[in-house]
Amino acid sequence: MSTRYLPYILILPVTIFLCVFFLYPFVLVAQQAFWSDTGFTLDNFRKVVGHWKFPISLKNTLLLAAAVVPIQLALALLMATMVNNMGRGRDLVLYVWTIPLGISDLAAGIIWLAIFDQSGFLNSMMSGLGLIDRPMNLLSYQSPGLVFLAIMLAEIWRATAIMLVILVAGIGLIPKEYYEAAEVFGASPWKRFTRITLPLLRPSLSTALVLRVILAFEVFAVVQALGGTLFPVLMGETYNYQFELLNGRSAAAVALIILAISIAATLVILRVLRVPKGATI
Amino acid sequence: MAEIQIKNVAKRFGEYQALSDINLTIADQEFMVLLGASGCGKTTLLRIIAGLETQSTGEVWIGDKRVDHLPPKDRGIAMVFQNYAVFPHLTVFENIGFGLRMQKLPNDEVTRRVQRTAELMHIEQLLKRYSGELSGGQRQRVAVARALAMEPDVILMDEPLSNLDALLRLEMRAELKGVLAESKTTAIYVTHDQVEAMSLADRISVMHQGRIVQAATPVEVYRNPAERFVAGFIGNPPMNFVTARPEGKGRWNVAGQSFDGPASDAGALEFAIRPEDLTPAEAGLRATAKVVEPLGAHLLVTCEVDGALFRAVLDSDLVVKPEDSLTLAPMPDRVRWFDPETTKAVAV
Repeated sequence: MSTRYLPYILILPVTIFLCVFFLYPFVLVAQQAFWSDTGFTLDNFRKVVGHWKFPISLKNTLLLAAAVVPIQLALALLMATMVNNMGRGRDLVLYVWTIPLGISDLAAGIIWLAIFDQSGFLNSMMSGLGLIDRPMNLLSYQSPGLVFLAIMLAEIWRATAIMLVILVAGIGLIPKEYYEAAEVFGASPWKRFTRITLPLLRPSLSTALVLRVILAFEVFAVVQALGGTLFPVLMGETYNYQFELLNGRSAAAVALIILAISIAATLVILRVLRVPKGATI
Repeated sequence: MAEIQIKNVAKRFGEYQALSDINLTIADQEFMVLLGASGCGKTTLLRIIAGLETQSTGEVWIGDKRVDHLPPKDRGIAMVFQNYAVFPHLTVFENIGFGLRMQKLPNDEVTRRVQRTAELMHIEQLLKRYSGELSGGQRQRVAVARALAMEPDVILMDEPLSNLDALLRLEMRAELKGVLAESKTTAIYVTHDQVEAMSLADRISVMHQGRIVQAATPVEVYRNPAERFVAGFIGNPPMNFVTARPEGKGRWNVAGQSFDGPASDAGALEFAIRPEDLTPAEAGLRATAKVVEPLGAHLLVTCEVDGALFRAVLDSDLVVKPEDSLTLAPMPDRVRWFDPETTKAVAV
């Protein structure tokens, strides 16, 4: 067999797999979203966008992403820098910090529910310390700020590690000599971070951010566990249309809207963090 | 004025003694080369002077200021790294201006200095490029320009030419020498390449196992090695050694021949002579040729004298075949003697 065709033959199984399990379902979803009984239509989109819950869900989703992702980015950068400056025990710390990665998001939501619940750890602790007389319902419609905060905390706890892992690998790729040169030429530790680490980390930063932002737009289980109906998000709406209202077309339309937002965000991130030609390590 | 003084510096990495008892004074505007095989401590010493490494004991002075407790940026130094460390995300212009920007110099001053050093290093046409678009030689020039732009008191170079190909290395070597002489900075240059060391240095410090064995001018190091190690390390091919037995006061028997030598009481000395200081003659050391290598300009003959390996660089017109017997006369004023116990040179 000619070696010319070998690479194509080798990637064939993956290509087939992707076509059958991703491309084909995607086409089906798109078809559902754009089709009515009479043919092509945008009615499904008009309907879901016109629904009173849509603006709230959209706002909540974007707000949550805007609140969580920057904090996670800062935390992940800080943690990655710390891990990289560690000698002994580095791997142990890294493993401990990445434990939340191994927990499903619904489980993570339930763990934090166990903390914030009326009979949860936080209430027990506060009454144990004599700070409150009787347990408070923290996650109620009367305290939307607290609900938001609880979801934020759970999301940060759950999903910072995915960025951390990518950034640790990225920082490890930056040659030590650049830091020494920067030090000799007068850059303070902070300047070394902003002038050397951050720009040289752009490829990893954009991977981490793209991944994280897409996941943030798809947030569902944690919100469901902690906020329930108090904090509607887009993915929750998709779920409702599909399984509560049994309206597959609307569900598909919302899913495509989430996809569009994700693609837009990805393009922005890739554009902002692009590395000029010839400027790679 | 930037005289450098290194006083009793030692460095230990755990159990490993990387440097011991380093004492060295480098004059203002001097070009000092630290020469030695890998692992001899030369880079460690350079990094201690730079402030990238901290000595275990001892002091480093630059000018009349003790600097060993200061961060690198406060020492008045600039450095050229072995792998250049030209920042990939910055243009050549911003690379050269990096240190100046860190000093918060005004924009026009940065531009002026970057332009001037870029012209000096003949890279003014590359200022807008990124390091990924440069060849090794051009990156090297950027690294040197970045150091020169700082107008430092001292410029430190860690094997800066070792990653260039042979021809480019030769070209850069000559250029570096000219540029540095003009800049009037004190320079410390680390290399394992003795030809580079000889051609660049005002003085060479030969290092071995964490010590400075000899610090002297290139000619002095070549002609009068202070220790047997230096004699064997410098010169290609290196010096020849043959054991000498005492024959009487100041007379030594070398491979059956009698030579005037040091008036030493030692039971044995080592007779040393450079390969090019041997000529075929009527009287001299009897040698048996083993390998003959015609090198164009010379004939390199590896032979055996008194059971020891011996090399001679002879005239290329000479016809020598393996197993030929030769009589090689050493130039009397080029013969050196070493004490095999202390390994130090013994004066005649």
